[in-house]
Amino acid sequence: MKAATEELRAAPTARQVQLARWTSPGFWLTVVAVALIGLWPLVTGDASLRETFFTALLSLALASSLNIILGFTGYVSFGHVVFFGLGGYVGMVALNQGVPLWGALPLGGLAAGVLAYGLGAAILRLRGSYFALATIGVNEALRAFVNNFPPFGGATGISLQFSVYKSYGGATNALWLAYGLLLTACVAVILLSYAVKTSKFGLGLMAIREDEDAAEVMGVVTPNAKTWAYVLSAIIPGIVGVIFFFKNGNIEPADAFRLQFSIETIVMVMLGGQGTVLGAVLGAVGYQRLRGFLLTYPPVKDLQLAIAGGLLLLIVLFIPAGIVGLIRRKVPALRKFLV
Amino acid sequence: MLLELNNVSRSFGGLHALSDVTLTLPQGEILGLLGPNGAGKTTLFNIINGVYPPSAGRVRFRDQDVTGKKPYALAHMGLARTHQIVRPLNELTVRENVMVGACFGHERHTLGEAATIAAQTLAFVGLAERAEQLAGSLNVAQKKRLELARALAARPVLLLLDEVLAGLNPAEIGAMVEIVRQIRAQGVTIIMIEHVMHAIMNVSDRIVVLEYGRLLAEGTPAQIANDPKVIEAYLGSADMAQDLQSQVNYHPVNGVACTQAQA
Amino acid sequence: MDFLLASLVDGLLIGSVYGLAAMGLTLIWGVMRVTNLAHGAFIALGMFGVYGLFNGGFNPYVGLFLVAGCGLLVGIGIYYVALHRVINAPQLSTLLATFAVNMIILGVGTTLFSTSPRTIDFSLGSFSLGPITVQNTRLLAALASGAITGVLYLFLYRTRPGKYIRAVSSNRAAAELMGISSTHILALSFGLGALLAATAGGLIATFFPFTILSGDTYQLKSFVIGVMGGLGNPFGALIGGLILGLLEGLIPVVMPTTWVPVIEFLLFVIILLVRPNGILGAKR
Repeated sequence: MKAATEELRAAPTARQVQLARWTSPGFWLTVVAVALIGLWPLVTGDASLRETFFTALLSLALASSLNIILGFTGYVSFGHVVFFGLGGYVGMVALNQGVPLWGALPLGGLAAGVLAYGLGAAILRLRGSYFALATIGVNEALRAFVNNFPPFGGATGISLQFSVYKSYGGATNALWLAYGLLLTACVAVILLSYAVKTSKFGLGLMAIREDEDAAEVMGVVTPNAKTWAYVLSAIIPGIVGVIFFFKNGNIEPADAFRLQFSIETIVMVMLGGQGTVLGAVLGAVGYQRLRGFLLTYPPVKDLQLAIAGGLLLLIVLFIPAGIVGLIRRKVPALRKFLV
Repeated sequence: MLLELNNVSRSFGGLHALSDVTLTLPQGEILGLLGPNGAGKTTLFNIINGVYPPSAGRVRFRDQDVTGKKPYALAHMGLARTHQIVRPLNELTVRENVMVGACFGHERHTLGEAATIAAQTLAFVGLAERAEQLAGSLNVAQKKRLELARALAARPVLLLLDEVLAGLNPAEIGAMVEIVRQIRAQGVTIIMIEHVMHAIMNVSDRIVVLEYGRLLAEGTPAQIANDPKVIEAYLGSADMAQDLQSQVNYHPVNGVACTQAQA
Repeated sequence: MDFLLASLVDGLLIGSVYGLAAMGLTLIWGVMRVTNLAHGAFIALGMFGVYGLFNGGFNPYVGLFLVAGCGLLVGIGIYYVALHRVINAPQLSTLLATFAVNMIILGVGTTLFSTSPRTIDFSLGSFSLGPITVQNTRLLAALASGAITGVLYLFLYRTRPGKYIRAVSSNRAAAELMGISSTHILALSFGLGALLAATAGGLIATFFPFTILSGDTYQLKSFVIGVMGGLGNPFGALIGGLILGLLEGLIPVVMPTTWVPVIEFLLFVIILLVRPNGILGAKR
């Protein structure tokens, strides 16, 4: 009983727990690093660097948001790009109707969130491979549907009216604006992802990931938790979709709902380490760096898909917890930093 | 009554796992659930905590009809259980496992409160120094304690223990029995399924025996131990019957005395 | 009306080949609980296998036997290299392992063959029955699919390895207790799945143009069919294939062809939700 009292004294108080949550050095290091590196092209005005970074940040936002449903909750979604595409379409239609960008962004997020809510209520009942298959089905069904949907321009898609850019200081300025917005979104998604992970809600999600039935027995209201995780993970790609297609200037079904894109995002999360905030960030950036290298290095240029595949296979077979997961396991002392 | 089962039946396909079981449980009691493998004990637990609904009959818990309610709804009402085959959340730490119980169970605490409760509960079951370890790295006996700690952290009204002693060595069994006694001393009502005869005979106030999904006998440990039906049907061999009776004869009043002292 | 009848017959013939492709996918799922995302790559390999042999002077139907044999061996090899280590890991691992194999095959394939469309310049003519005209390649492909299904049935129900496969499929742990080496059986099942995919690919190549990336389309169709017939039920897949073929034949009669995939995938999701064991299977 004596040992028990000592243990009690050592136990953290409620306040300490909350404080520890927002003073985690590993987390702030991640946020500051992403923000500083991300600001670099804006400071130097280097347009080609901006383009490289744009691709990496896009992946970062998608991978970090996918991580909420895939890494925290354990549901493998092949349909993450659906929300990206839907957000893009809604944003384009809104922009062309004269809605300002700051209005189109939340609209894209909202549309994605609403779709995820409705979809989640239906398909999140499915487990394991069945859920994964259903998300493939949803992706393909939606793409085929948009192909036939005149308000979204059918197979040809929608182009942004050039006048839209004028309100933002012309096309060149709009590119910088899009980059700034994406960077902001990335910082926001890292914050969101960390907030979810360290919250009570996040604890419930991780309980579901480890053993859904046991979580239910312990009182986790699994249908609600899963649905809200899905909605949260969908809102980000919805907003990012608006940014991307605003910059791109046009949208068509094949770009908006590319299954391959979803799968690449899963690979990024796996590479970095599913279920860790830092892992999704590193995985996204690392994957895009590697791809960029393979695409520009002549001897392997044609084989880049095969090399990426070989790499993925090696990760799955030998370091299934991803890079961050591997380090966390090997060096427990670093766990505090690798959130 | 804390819990009432009225004519509960459950079948899987053509198999009648439970037939017409009626049972009541007053607050503060430890009820032992006995029966050979396949008698329907775990099925009964699964029905009580809503893993699946009964095919027929009603379940009342804390004066509410809870038939067909989901496990999480029952957890919120104050029901907690352990599993026969332990189900640790492997990639979470021991502390986080217990916090899940505190956060989402009966009292639904905040994370901060849950951390405090987890520390208390882990100290109580003797896992305090393992708090930061991943649950998957524990051995079987430790996992059983974790399973119990998780259920306790919810501060339940009714606790269902499914073979918490199975697979433990004698010393571990002694420690676990002591823990169960202490839990009851805190006013928690318990139903326990157990095959370790001397333990259940000593701890239970009342025992119910199931066979082929039916209620075979019900009574005090001493009554059950001397019930010819039970000896014949459940215990089978004469050796085990003798073993059972000797256990009761050594400590016949122990369990009862314990109840009265704490009641 | 004649048009309707013709597209019906055509749909059924092609559907039976789809069914054959799906059979491989669903066999692998049933025995191994693996969602094989390299299925489309196997189909594409079958197409290019028959194509290469045909250009090397082989009759496509003779080439098909070679392709089937290679498919079996390649499948078994891939099992040991890419799947064996993670066969008991969470499903995400096997899902991604097969996807990695898919990327490797398609990456190498794209380098070797580019993505330009190919056709096998081979015709057996056609025959007419009343208003219906049927290309003989399609008829032969449907007959071959039926025959292969029959052989698969005999294999699974009448031979020792086949019975082992069914045993592992229904309960791997119990099968191992009975002394069945599940590793070999899993490898064999994956090989059979690859064989069926490659054969179906080879048959499709005799009447449709294709690229190295065509497999993806048929993989998605295989998912739809597999779910219709009940994942894990190879013979349900043939029925599912016929249903899909019929839909593809009939939908264009009432609405634009571009709606076909919308209906297909919608149906796919709905069946997953309502009858995850397939429209023929038992209710969950």
